[in-house]
Amino acid sequence: MTSSRRRRVADVALQSGAVEVAEKVDRAKVLQRLRVGDIAFRHVTRAAAVTVLVILSGIIFSLVYGSLPALQKFGFNFLIEESWNPVTEHFGAIAPIYGTIVTSIIAMLIAVPVGLFIALFLTELCPMWLRRPIGIAIELLAGIPSIIYGIWGLFVFAPFLQQHVQPFLIAAFGNIPVLSTLFEGPPYGIGILTAGLILAIMVLPFITSISRDVFDAVPPMLKESAYGLGCTTWEVARYVVLPFTRVGVIGGVMLALGRALGETMAVTFVIGNAHRISGSILAPGTTISATIANEFTEAVGDIYTSSLIALGLILFVITFIVLACARLMLMRLNARLGS
Amino acid sequence: MRGWGPKAMATMISGARSPLYAARRRKNGITMTLAYLATGFGLIWLALILGVLFYEGFSGLSLKVFTEMTPPPGAAGGLLNPIMGSLVMTFIAVLIGTPLGILAGTYLAEYGRYDKLSAVVRFINDILLSAPSIVIGLFVYEIMVATMGHFSGWAGSVALAVIVVPVVVRTTEDMLTLVPDTLREAAASIGLPRSLMIRKVAYRAARAGMITGVLLAIARISGETAPLLFTALNNQFWSTNMNAPVSSLPVVIFQFALSPYKDWQNLAWTGALIITLAVLALSITARFLGSQSKKS
Repeated sequence: MTSSRRRRVADVALQSGAVEVAEKVDRAKVLQRLRVGDIAFRHVTRAAAVTVLVILSGIIFSLVYGSLPALQKFGFNFLIEESWNPVTEHFGAIAPIYGTIVTSIIAMLIAVPVGLFIALFLTELCPMWLRRPIGIAIELLAGIPSIIYGIWGLFVFAPFLQQHVQPFLIAAFGNIPVLSTLFEGPPYGIGILTAGLILAIMVLPFITSISRDVFDAVPPMLKESAYGLGCTTWEVARYVVLPFTRVGVIGGVMLALGRALGETMAVTFVIGNAHRISGSILAPGTTISATIANEFTEAVGDIYTSSLIALGLILFVITFIVLACARLMLMRLNARLGS
Repeated sequence: MRGWGPKAMATMISGARSPLYAARRRKNGITMTLAYLATGFGLIWLALILGVLFYEGFSGLSLKVFTEMTPPPGAAGGLLNPIMGSLVMTFIAVLIGTPLGILAGTYLAEYGRYDKLSAVVRFINDILLSAPSIVIGLFVYEIMVATMGHFSGWAGSVALAVIVVPVVVRTTEDMLTLVPDTLREAAASIGLPRSLMIRKVAYRAARAGMITGVLLAIARISGETAPLLFTALNNQFWSTNMNAPVSSLPVVIFQFALSPYKDWQNLAWTGALIITLAVLALSITARFLGSQSKKS
């Protein structure tokens, strides 16, 4: 830096009042102070950015540390054992893992097609004046805390299913070989199916808003040329929009899957907390997050607590993989749109 | 249709009646109907959930809810201590999480926009953004509750702060990236050091968007239950001691809704209504601010 430029920097800083020093103070000192402040601010922001990494590694480290006693005692069997017995202190994770996966599958089976169709409606069919209100309504649905879904599921949705839907399902599928085991047993109201349906309602807005955003990113030229060739709206959606946005849609779906796998409160209310694997989706079950939420504060003994933390570790690993894939796919779509 | 001869018209009409065209139109009709139905299906849930919530919640809403403590089973009472607990813990969480998030977002957008470090932080931050909140509860339990030996309001606040950080990082970075580079260059040309340029120019230009991010973060944590269950725990009584278990609205709703007592269940509905109204108000304000900042 030349000395004239130095003087200018100091002048501006002094006049702007950014550095509160009297006019008489040596300019070199002011400049020095500015430079120190500049470097300090840079390093503070850098440290804050690194903190994000520290949080993640802290989560992984603390979960691994906390689950060591259980993993040492049960070893690999922890992953495949079904019994969950606090009295004999024998724990296995397969029932919660099973429940987590099955409820998420039910949720995605319903929410993915419905969400994609809503996104299609919002981008292709909906009149302009209605797009914003419906878009906002969908996003409000996404903002409602999960505990509200839980309490609604417990008091309104589960009794409704128990009285009106489940007896019908049992009667309808009772005599069909494979489906009869799926819909076996008494209608409890709460159970795997109810939890899956509540999850579907919860993740629907996520899928809708992400797919709408990626559908909107399709260059209008592509769509218009397809329409110009005489394609119907469905053909444009199926053969132009969907292939163009496939990576983004899959990314959005996996993001929603990550939410569904880790969701706690909406599920805890309606799952029934039963540690067993049942062929019937009407039966009560449990998920990883529901088990932790229900039992953690009541857990006595190191092994019990540690087993619950080990469940948390399993959940974190699963969701981490799913979310990482989702982000990579969305990044790929963005890179393609940017180029 | 001027300019087309009768022959061309005839082929167009017969084309319109061909079985292939009819099948395509039928398929289009069916799928478009499905799209309408799907939208109706999605909106019905919003109406049903909000409808029941408002009906059940408003019937229990009174001044007592805001002035009395949580009752023992079978007695009348309010939600004063959980409301206060939630407010205090949310406030502290925002106090911890916002500066951290804004500074980290500043690094990502200003200093290290094309760094390798930034790419990694961005990726990890996006994962933290949707990480299961119950795992964050376990993490804070391990580092604070287990080491201090007791549940505390501080632990609850820290757990919420861990959720605030990624939201604020993300919005801060997005908003700072939107600030035109010409503003930065103008600031640099009159000799402002970089740190002052960021604080005096970039922050000011992105202010509305950054406030939006903080509001969204508050909306996000005000309904969070899972991370509080085994950090702040719950407290039946009035307590301002952050070093002891503190009651919070979501945890009280969880406990009361699963209880067999009708009074408690009614209070749970009322609490749920209060949370939902707060979250909706926050997200609508955030949306309003966001649209304002995009206009200017």
